[in-house]
Amino acid sequence: MKTGSHLSIWFFTGLCLGVVGALIFATGIYEIMHPPVNKVVLFDLHANVWWGAILLVSGLFFGIHFSPANERKRMAGKSSSV
Amino acid sequence: MNLALLLLSPNRLVHLSGVDIVIIIFYFALVLGIGFYLKEQANTGEDFFMAGREMTAWVAGLAFLSANLGSLELMGWAGNSYKYGILAAHWYWIGAIPSMLFLALVMMPFYYVCKTHSVPGYLKLRFGEGAQAISSISFAFMTVLMSGINMYAMAVVMKVVLGWNMHFSIWVSAGTVAVYVALGGLRSAIFNEVLQFFLIWAGALLIPILGLIEAGGWNGLQAKILQNLTELNVPNPGSYTHLWSTLGNFNDNPMGINWAGIVFGLGAVIAMGYWTTDFLVVQRVLSAKDLRSAELAPIIGAAFKMCVPFIVILPGLLGLALLRDPQGHLLRLVPANLAWSPQGQAQGLHGYDEVLPLMLARYCGPGLLGLGITALIAGFMSGMAGNVSAFTTVWTYDIYGTLINKNATDDFKVKMGRWITVIGVIVSIFTAYIAAGAPSIMDYVQALFSFFIAPLFGTVLLGMLWKRATPAGGWTGLLAGTLSSIGMYTWVKIDPNAVRYVALSMDAQDQAQNMFRALWCCLICVIVTVVVSLMTKPKPDSELKDVVYGLTPIPKTEHASWFHSPIFWGAVVAIVFVILQIIFW
Repeated sequence: MKTGSHLSIWFFTGLCLGVVGALIFATGIYEIMHPPVNKVVLFDLHANVWWGAILLVSGLFFGIHFSPANERKRMAGKSSSV
Repeated sequence: MNLALLLLSPNRLVHLSGVDIVIIIFYFALVLGIGFYLKEQANTGEDFFMAGREMTAWVAGLAFLSANLGSLELMGWAGNSYKYGILAAHWYWIGAIPSMLFLALVMMPFYYVCKTHSVPGYLKLRFGEGAQAISSISFAFMTVLMSGINMYAMAVVMKVVLGWNMHFSIWVSAGTVAVYVALGGLRSAIFNEVLQFFLIWAGALLIPILGLIEAGGWNGLQAKILQNLTELNVPNPGSYTHLWSTLGNFNDNPMGINWAGIVFGLGAVIAMGYWTTDFLVVQRVLSAKDLRSAELAPIIGAAFKMCVPFIVILPGLLGLALLRDPQGHLLRLVPANLAWSPQGQAQGLHGYDEVLPLMLARYCGPGLLGLGITALIAGFMSGMAGNVSAFTTVWTYDIYGTLINKNATDDFKVKMGRWITVIGVIVSIFTAYIAAGAPSIMDYVQALFSFFIAPLFGTVLLGMLWKRATPAGGWTGLLAGTLSSIGMYTWVKIDPNAVRYVALSMDAQDQAQNMFRALWCCLICVIVTVVVSLMTKPKPDSELKDVVYGLTPIPKTEHASWFHSPIFWGAVVAIVFVILQIIFW
């Protein structure tokens, strides 16, 4: 949802996915360097690395595309075309 | 004793690491932050109760789905798929998709054009204040009750899975929901529901992906389930992975139901009733910015609803195929009341509803586990926020604004909405504690909830499509349908043999009984409404403008091409739905 001068829901979504993705990705990298004693099933697939990366990239896309600065540009573009 | 020992039980399914706890705390901080941020945008009644009616189709559609995607829904249906096999997917496909499309393409124009604030509000316009009063009071009562009981069940799960103190789970989660809904109203609830939608998918999607890799794909999964259930001497082991082919006879499938119960009881009555008349979900669509968005929102919701079995039903089936105890024997899950009893806990038993957390713990290490648990908490909070925001609107407009003070100002209604949100949450918390003292109450409340939904669908549908339906017909039909449902439920409770008449088979399990009871009571509602309407004086056409088919001019939508048409996307969803039925036949 876009609300003019207000922050978009998609920006909040991007913020959430980005932060959570970064934390999971960083944890996955740490686990590669320091493998845990009790491993989960299919540990060798390193799901936290690639899943964290997917969430991080998705978060960055939403966060940047719907950032307040880009929202203002879009609104300005709409106003000038009217 | 320090605080950690007070809040954590030593007996728990999973152990959270530091990064898991950081993720959970970040989530709580974000939803509260959104609530405070949106407070300034909730100044009028239209803002607070209807989110300004400015939501896009995507936002309204995702919130429409998310309000239903509670954590009990996730864990409960994953448990049901472990118990009943892929038959549980019917609740996501035939039990949702046709009714969502029906709401979008047939009913939504009436709801939207008459500018009602709620479903009871529509009944007032169509049948008068009597039907509105009964509908709104029963809805408000049931909503708060269900909210509290779900809260209790969630707290039990958090205790079993994470070892969290139940009071801690109840008060922290409920307090967070109360703050963000009271501050930002429906807009805040919808914002958080969209956020929760993404979190639920992000947290749950990894389980089926990794599970299918471990099981060797769908074929490997089917073979493992067949082998395990044969080893356990479970009847009809092959029926657990077939959607329709075992529904010819009641005793050929684990649910004890036949195709008629699924098609007519579930698809035509219960699902239609829930998705088209339960204000909890309809409210999200009413917040759409225009009619086209309001029509597209349920279609978008339906498209994603078709995918939900991937994160709910599949984990249950994977549990059947893959779960083993530490000694390597097949792990057999049991009913919750047995698993969560002191004896069950002493023996280390797990309930059906624990299959999703068990699969989560199987594949997810630090970080991913925190995300998965956050998804479950997010699911709970979106479900509760849905209940609370719908309750607040119905109370303010349909009970207070109609029955108590018809002259309340808009400003006063907003203030009341904020306070009622808090009061609704507090009542829910007390309900949660009542439920804690009477575990079987949830069964009764779910039954009570179905008493009102199935006949309500008959009443609303006739009201929208048949202009001859009269206020007396609508009221008596609704009452007759509700009383007949209660009567059938009581009959089976008193005499269990009556199930052969109510559900047409002695093999019918609880879900099968619900389907057939809903079917009969809806039919009774329709028959009584028609008969009484034909014997009473109808409303003049001038009073039915904008609420009945044939007397409601539907505004032209502004879409330019067939590609932007709700009908086109509805057809696409319908075709994919049919293909899925054939694939999993």
